[in-house]
Amino acid sequence: MSAPMALSVRGLSKNFGAISVAKSIDVDLEAGARVGLIGPNGAGKTTFVNLLTGFIRPDAGEISLGGERIEGLKAEERVRRGLARTHQINTLLTEENARDNVAIAIAEREKFAWRMMRCKPQWRQCLEEAQARLEAIGAGAIGDRRVSLLPYGQQRLLEIAIGLALKPRVLLLDEPAAGIPSSETHLIHEALDRLPADIAILIIEHDMDVIFRFAKEIIVLFQGAVLMRGAPADIAADPQVRAVYLGRTVV
Amino acid sequence: MSAPTPKPTSPLGEMTGPGRFSLVGHALPWLVIAAFYFLVDDYLGLGTQVMIWVLFALSLDLALGYAGIVTLGHAAFYGLGAYAAGIFSIHVSQDPILGHFFAIGVTALFGLLSGALILHTTGVTFLMLTLVIVSIMFEIGNQARGLTGGDDGLQGIRLDPIFGVFDFDLWGHTAYIYTAVVLFIWFVIAWRLVHSPFGRSLDGIRQNARRMRAIGTPVWWRLLAIYTISAAMAGSAGALSAHATKFVGLSVLSLLTSGVVTVMLILGGTRRLYGAFIGAAIYYIVQEWTAQISPYFWEFVVGIMLIATVLFLDGGLMELGDRGARLLGGRRRAGGGE
Ligand SMILES: Nc1ncnc2c1ncn2[C@@H]1O[C@H](COP(=O)(O)OP(=O)(O)OP(=O)(O)O)[C@@H](O)[C@H]1O
Ligand SMILES: [Mg+2]
Repeated sequence: MSAPMALSVRGLSKNFGAISVAKSIDVDLEAGARVGLIGPNGAGKTTFVNLLTGFIRPDAGEISLGGERIEGLKAEERVRRGLARTHQINTLLTEENARDNVAIAIAEREKFAWRMMRCKPQWRQCLEEAQARLEAIGAGAIGDRRVSLLPYGQQRLLEIAIGLALKPRVLLLDEPAAGIPSSETHLIHEALDRLPADIAILIIEHDMDVIFRFAKEIIVLFQGAVLMRGAPADIAADPQVRAVYLGRTVV
Repeated sequence: MSAPTPKPTSPLGEMTGPGRFSLVGHALPWLVIAAFYFLVDDYLGLGTQVMIWVLFALSLDLALGYAGIVTLGHAAFYGLGAYAAGIFSIHVSQDPILGHFFAIGVTALFGLLSGALILHTTGVTFLMLTLVIVSIMFEIGNQARGLTGGDDGLQGIRLDPIFGVFDFDLWGHTAYIYTAVVLFIWFVIAWRLVHSPFGRSLDGIRQNARRMRAIGTPVWWRLLAIYTISAAMAGSAGALSAHATKFVGLSVLSLLTSGVVTVMLILGGTRRLYGAFIGAAIYYIVQEWTAQISPYFWEFVVGIMLIATVLFLDGGLMELGDRGARLLGGRRRAGGGE
């Protein structure tokens, strides 16, 4: 054992009533990892993210972030330790503009969101960083615009920008390209290409273009269990994987 | 809402909260309060009552408007504050300032404890729990006759002069100014709160609590904090009411009291702070008018006003001001605002 894994999961299990949505899942992400998580609808991919981030309590299993056990921590404490996520369905502050959405996350990261005074200088710094982060992801133009009026693709970019603004060591992307018209998928491709190299990333996607472009390793989830893991080429060639998933979805 | 700017043009560093006011807008309500004192001497008691309701509605705005805590239980804090101030003056000390702080302390503590018990729930469950709490408080107020006077109300409140100087006179001059000053202090606190990072995070929780959890916000703690502050403020309004009228009626703890303050706030406009002023004032003015015609007519009019506001004025009567300002060409809100 050398440096601890960025994220290490052992025996993670969860039942919803009679359905088992996570069956003793083991996953490791090293620093800077680019891992794809695929599987048919209802395989338990989003549930896996919810379990990791503390939105749902697991029945059993261990989760370590940078060597520190976090499965007992609340969602917000996991974020503080460097585990961030995006959502499959946009989860944004729709009445704010895009820049404020990022700035509010930065204020939380910088631990002054409890302040009950105005704090103009700090807030200005937040806004400046927020604007810079939007620009870094190719969305500098949307800073001033109210989120509810943004095109869906731009909202997806904003999800990622907020996740990055938390300065995570592990970022979980739940279908970043979901629902985006094909004319806009290049935005997501470019944003993914620009993600900082040191962050370990787990990406869930149905769009195989995105997965095969981005992921160095792929994990296939089926009915809550890891069916297979390996290099993208091996996954694409595997008959069993094709049977449960790729055969139907891939174009 | 139209013509989005491609690049940020508004100066960064502005804390654009909901509803930013010009100087005139800021001064207006306070000028009215001051003018009322000099011009409408005969109705100072009424003016004091309106300001007390403004403060109560302001407290609800923090919880309901900003943080999105949908409660019908705020009468519990208002009533508790009133009884605490009244009982303190009868049994402990007649110093009004001391009694006021006592009432604030008691209601803050009660807000903290009751909030800690129920704030993990949301929606209808939470609403029901607030109803339960206010009903229990009402029953306690009713049963503990020895302490509260039951349904006869709490009588015999006596107060020393404020700071030993300003006596509570029969005409209500002192009570009016005392109430205005307390309202102003709370208003400044509320204004700072809602424009602080803390206030922004509450607004975020109201819009999407899940988003806030995902950026590491301790949602429960934030809600508990604002619930406690809001309770203290409502308790302060209750204390003012006990001090101004030297009487506490059991109705302060009734569900109707919660209902009235909610109607006032929605009428005036949530998340604008000054909405509480307009809502409470209009409510009282219209009540005075229509009650002369018939008490039933009054209920009818309130119902109509509320429906009209909700249907046509998203932001309550304050929205009218916004629209007027926009017509005059002064776009007060930044592009991202609304
Ligand atoms: N809160 C819940 N209670 C009960 N069942 C749930 C809950 N959340 C998810 N499920 C079920 O768990 C299973 C896994 O759902 P999940 O959302 O994790 O799938 P997914 O792999 O993300 O699918 P998709 O590709 O459609 O996003 C589904 O059968 C779903 O119906
Ligand atoms: Mg999913």
